[in-house]
Amino acid sequence: MRRGLSVFNVTSIALGLAFLYLPILILVIYSFNASRLVTVWGGWSTRWYVSLLGNEAMLEAAWISLRIAFLTACAATVLGTLAALALVRAGRFRGRLLFSGLVYAPLVMPEVITGLALLLLFVAIEIERGFWTVTIAHTTLTMCFVTVIVQARLLGFDRSLEEAAMDLGCPPLRTFITVTLPLIAPAIAAGWVLAFMLSLDDLVVANFVTGPGATTLPIRIYSEVRLGVKPEINAICTIIIGVVAAGIIVASLLTKFAGAKPAPIGGQI
Amino acid sequence: MNGRGNRPDNSARTRGPFAPWTDPDALPLVRFEAVSKHFAGVTAVDALTLDIYPGEFFALLGPSGCGKTTLLRMLAGFQTPDAGRVLLDGTDITDVAAHRRPVNMMFQSYALFPHLTVAGNVAFGLKQDGLPKDEIAARMAEMLRLLRLEGLETRKPHQLSGGQRQRVALARALVKHPRVLLLDEPLAALDKKLRGETQFELMRLKERLGLTFVIVTHDQEEAMTVANRIGVMNHGRLIQVATPSEIYEQPNSRWVADFIGDVNLIEGRIVKADAAGTTIASASVGTLRTAAVADARPGDAVAVALRPEKIRIARDMPVGDVNRVEGEVWEIGYLGDFSIYKVRLGDAFVINTAAANVTRLIERPVGIGDRVWLTWAADAGVVLTQ
Repeated sequence: MRRGLSVFNVTSIALGLAFLYLPILILVIYSFNASRLVTVWGGWSTRWYVSLLGNEAMLEAAWISLRIAFLTACAATVLGTLAALALVRAGRFRGRLLFSGLVYAPLVMPEVITGLALLLLFVAIEIERGFWTVTIAHTTLTMCFVTVIVQARLLGFDRSLEEAAMDLGCPPLRTFITVTLPLIAPAIAAGWVLAFMLSLDDLVVANFVTGPGATTLPIRIYSEVRLGVKPEINAICTIIIGVVAAGIIVASLLTKFAGAKPAPIGGQI
Repeated sequence: MNGRGNRPDNSARTRGPFAPWTDPDALPLVRFEAVSKHFAGVTAVDALTLDIYPGEFFALLGPSGCGKTTLLRMLAGFQTPDAGRVLLDGTDITDVAAHRRPVNMMFQSYALFPHLTVAGNVAFGLKQDGLPKDEIAARMAEMLRLLRLEGLETRKPHQLSGGQRQRVALARALVKHPRVLLLDEPLAALDKKLRGETQFELMRLKERLGLTFVIVTHDQEEAMTVANRIGVMNHGRLIQVATPSEIYEQPNSRWVADFIGDVNLIEGRIVKADAAGTTIASASVGTLRTAAVADARPGDAVAVALRPEKIRIARDMPVGDVNRVEGEVWEIGYLGDFSIYKVRLGDAFVINTAAANVTRLIERPVGIGDRVWLTWAADAGVVLTQ
């Protein structure tokens, strides 16, 4: 089974990675460009990172985005976990299939439609658009991702663990807190990180439902790019890439940990 | 709270065999009263009544899907009967939640908490009772010593061997001194040798702690080894409840005889029945003599259950035995301690016989194709009417 990589494999991996990461790599390199012109290389420099620190509008947008992402992740995690529990644990209640379909729909729904629908809703019920409408919209958008992750963990959960806890005198609610929650916690944490990341980089939905004083970072970047790409944009994008990459690594480590099942009974160590 | 008051009171009795089920004054510890349970139209347990006495090691034995696990789970409180009552010490516990019942269960999967250490697992139940710390520590230490788990306190379940995990699961359930310990296929995941050792360890633990054990198993050898009494179940009903030797030597039906061990079932009709014995005519073996049967009447269709090891096999025509028949050795299974001889009588009927290999001969005196005589005593066969 242990074979070295063939030439074919090495080539496909190299091509695949180049296809995925060459544009990003170019962006990262150009963020360290000393030249004012984006497409002309003027030597290495970190001046655009320094000038970014003086860009009040960009920093303000970043701060708004982080706050929205944090609140979104918390709300989506609670709602998504509850939905996952209902889907896995409530047995066959009436409309279960419909419910699971409804929970998963936002996964495949075009964001333009989600954004438009939410905008219509907010206009109809006359909520002032801004920070909170973006947070609500992002919660709607990301909740289903949390549900998918937590549900997978719950499906692989050995119910006899909960029965054992109750058998040993632990009431149902305490069983949930002391046995169930610690065991699905990695999946919940992974869901939180994913929701945070999705909220942080959403442009389409936020564009629909945002209002005055609630310009998120992607919206700010997009509007500046329309007036021409400044090297500062490359710098902020590089920072975002760093944050997202860190988040993805954390989430996948959590998921891997969540997937680590106890060794099979009777198995040899 | 679950003291040791359920220790069988042997001192009051003369030192006879332990058999409270024969004592009309004995009070059962557990009583199932006409309990039924249905799952989506399938009857898992069917109006079943059963008494289990203090100090018993009771085995529920049956093929998969016979309802034995459902019965155990109703005692644990994980399932509520659709009809009937479950009593513990004379108190109706049918509607008592699982976490309030003084019974503990050892799960087939062991269900050890993977996020807790061995110590955390064993102490879990004691912590639920809010016992003081030093008492928890003392009882845990005692139980870890009893199950030879000392030094493993800080290990997580995935760092243990299969046998160690099994003992942690046992310790976790036993440390609460349950009124009844429920064992759901407790040894199914162990290899054969470890399983055999653990069976005897279970019996020793039960005696030492003076508890009552109820085990669910599909392994008849396991049930015969550990249990004082066995309840043989099929289709949600108890077919026979008796001691292991009664189940084996006096099965009450063709089904039990066939389910427990190997058996030759010889169908026939009673020709003559009196106090001296019963004569049965069969198409396959000819005329058979068996011991007297209480309610046998000539003309009844019966089956004679004959265990392979009760039949002697010889090359020369024997004298003196009541039943004998000639046949041809068709197949031989060499098991080491025993050999199984399949002997063909006439064209179709095959009788299994088992003979202990008492000599160390590599070549056995009886080989395939040999003409042999099979003989058995009148009391070797059991006459079954059901």
